[in-house]
Amino acid sequence: MSKKPGFFGRFYMGFILFFLYAPIFVLIVFSFNSTRSRTVWTGFSLQWYQRLFSDGTILDAFYTTLIIAALAAVISTVAGTIAAVGFYNMRSRWRIPLTQINNIPMMNADIVTGVSLSLLFVSLGSVLQFRLGFGTLLLAHITFCIPYVVLAIMPKLRQIDRNLVDAACDLGCTWMKAFWKVIIPEIRPGIINGLIIAFTLSIDDFVISYFTAGGNIMTLPMQIFAMTRRRISPEINALSTILFMSVLILLIIINVRDVKQEEKLKKRAAALNQ
Amino acid sequence: MSKELIRLSNCSMAFDGEYVLKDINLYFNDKEFLTLLGPSGCGKTTTLRIIGGFQKPTSGDVFFDGVRINDVLPHKRAVNTIFQKYALFPHLNVYENIAFGLKLQRQNGKKLSKAEISGRVSEMLDVVSLKGFEKRDVTSLSGGQQQRVAIARALVNRPKVLLLDEPLGALDMRLRKDMQSELKRIQQATGITFIYVTHDQEEALAMSDTVVVMEGGAIQQIGTPEDIYNEPKNAFVADFIGESNILDGIMHSDGVVELFGRKFQCLDGGFSPMEPVDVVIRPEDIDIVDAAEGTLKGTVASITFRGVLYDIIVDFHGFKWLIQTTDLSPIGTEIGIKIDPDGIHIMKKSEFSGMYGDYSSFSDKYDDIGDAESELELEEAEGGYET
Repeated sequence: MSKKPGFFGRFYMGFILFFLYAPIFVLIVFSFNSTRSRTVWTGFSLQWYQRLFSDGTILDAFYTTLIIAALAAVISTVAGTIAAVGFYNMRSRWRIPLTQINNIPMMNADIVTGVSLSLLFVSLGSVLQFRLGFGTLLLAHITFCIPYVVLAIMPKLRQIDRNLVDAACDLGCTWMKAFWKVIIPEIRPGIINGLIIAFTLSIDDFVISYFTAGGNIMTLPMQIFAMTRRRISPEINALSTILFMSVLILLIIINVRDVKQEEKLKKRAAALNQ
Repeated sequence: MSKELIRLSNCSMAFDGEYVLKDINLYFNDKEFLTLLGPSGCGKTTTLRIIGGFQKPTSGDVFFDGVRINDVLPHKRAVNTIFQKYALFPHLNVYENIAFGLKLQRQNGKKLSKAEISGRVSEMLDVVSLKGFEKRDVTSLSGGQQQRVAIARALVNRPKVLLLDEPLGALDMRLRKDMQSELKRIQQATGITFIYVTHDQEEALAMSDTVVVMEGGAIQQIGTPEDIYNEPKNAFVADFIGESNILDGIMHSDGVVELFGRKFQCLDGGFSPMEPVDVVIRPEDIDIVDAAEGTLKGTVASITFRGVLYDIIVDFHGFKWLIQTTDLSPIGTEIGIKIDPDGIHIMKKSEFSGMYGDYSSFSDKYDDIGDAESELELEEAEGGYET
């Protein structure tokens, strides 16, 4: 039995939520302010959003972010799926240490990942004649997304009855066909979740992008950072609001999907025991 | 006499250096219902997986119709399998599950026509009594219905051999009995060779033409259900199949065996004079008589009501016998027993001698035997994939 929280419990909870979300709430409210003031509410307006979408450099950053996020999500999902299936087929002697290694980059400080990727790209670039730019930015995003994709897919693989693949082979599939006809449909929810997570992470990333993008292109988070250094303007509020809302929506989608999957699994188990 | 279809020749299987199958020699006849019977970890599932092509034997050969098939992948074998817990494809409905194999088949390089596929699927649905279930989600079906879909999915491909890996393990008692006769009927109707794996001896005796008893990765005995029950080869088989009292005896000459210092008549022979042997006496072959008339005298130690019969444990100077009888004698009474010569079966001493057949620890042992839960075998968890 769970106990209902008392007054203190509720108060404490509210307090924490307030501290977490009040700054974001204020930021969003003032993105709709009609004047430049960041402290006094003077009336509702969409002018900062309008300005945002008429500013060429911001629009460029917006497109860059979307294209990088889309490409990084798709490529890292393909790579991550293959990696996850590879892990799944390994003997546990190899699988356990290798999945641990997969987890390390996620705990590593972004700045370390960023700097090391930057150093790698610069030194490779001097040999292979390329410079930091779109390509290196994309590679960096793919790199940090893959572990998360693997992590999203592994649980789905573990839920598969091992006999399913054997059954498919037994009925006439080669291993490759069984992979497409049985494994992929079974882990599809995990793949899609991985795709959304990778997309979200890519949109969200600042530190690693900052070190690997070079001087010629910018993503939205980099743009916001640059704007704070030039002049403080409510445009930043508007841009941050857009970023916050898109990440929030993606996270809600992921969570709703997870809940639905759980329910489906429970139903399946219940049917079998009838 | 039907012809030989599959042969395992000196097959051994090791996982990480540990042998789960030791030098198995076994052949399977066409149209036969053969059961591999044994406790968890005896190697029966591994044997099945070798025939199905999911595992390659570490050494030894597999022949199908005289052709060596060690390196033939599962999808190229004229064999289909019904897996533990059915392994239906959850993302496909009943029709798509059954049609899965047909859609992959090629005749002279051409796919089967839609009409042929749907004709064969509905024919199969008829066989397993699931007409009208085509569009149903397999995950919404009960265990028994999923079992039928699994049977249909395998049989629709018209395999020469059907492998069944503890297919009834997940079903409750009643359903299991129904499915046993159902499977037997399907086997007789289709004339397909069934190779059936189970740890449930009753199931094996009820369904099979031939039973292969396995333990410790080796075959202990091959025979008809009657042979296996009446003429067990060693203490393991005698104990695993049905209930047995297994005693130490000394063979004096053909037809005369000594038990507890007394001579009994029996029908077996061919042992050296005074050779120590294991003696099996089935609980139902023992007649209870008045203490004065019996060849042996003992005291009733416990009584369990089993419906048709009582199981009574009788203490004969420290050795506890199980006797099945319809006559009830209260606990503590002294009774005598008589055994007819055909109730005594003599076995050579084996590695299993002395391990089984005493009912001193009656209750634990009995629970073990009644427990027909499906257990995952050790080797299966270790098996991994063969690609």
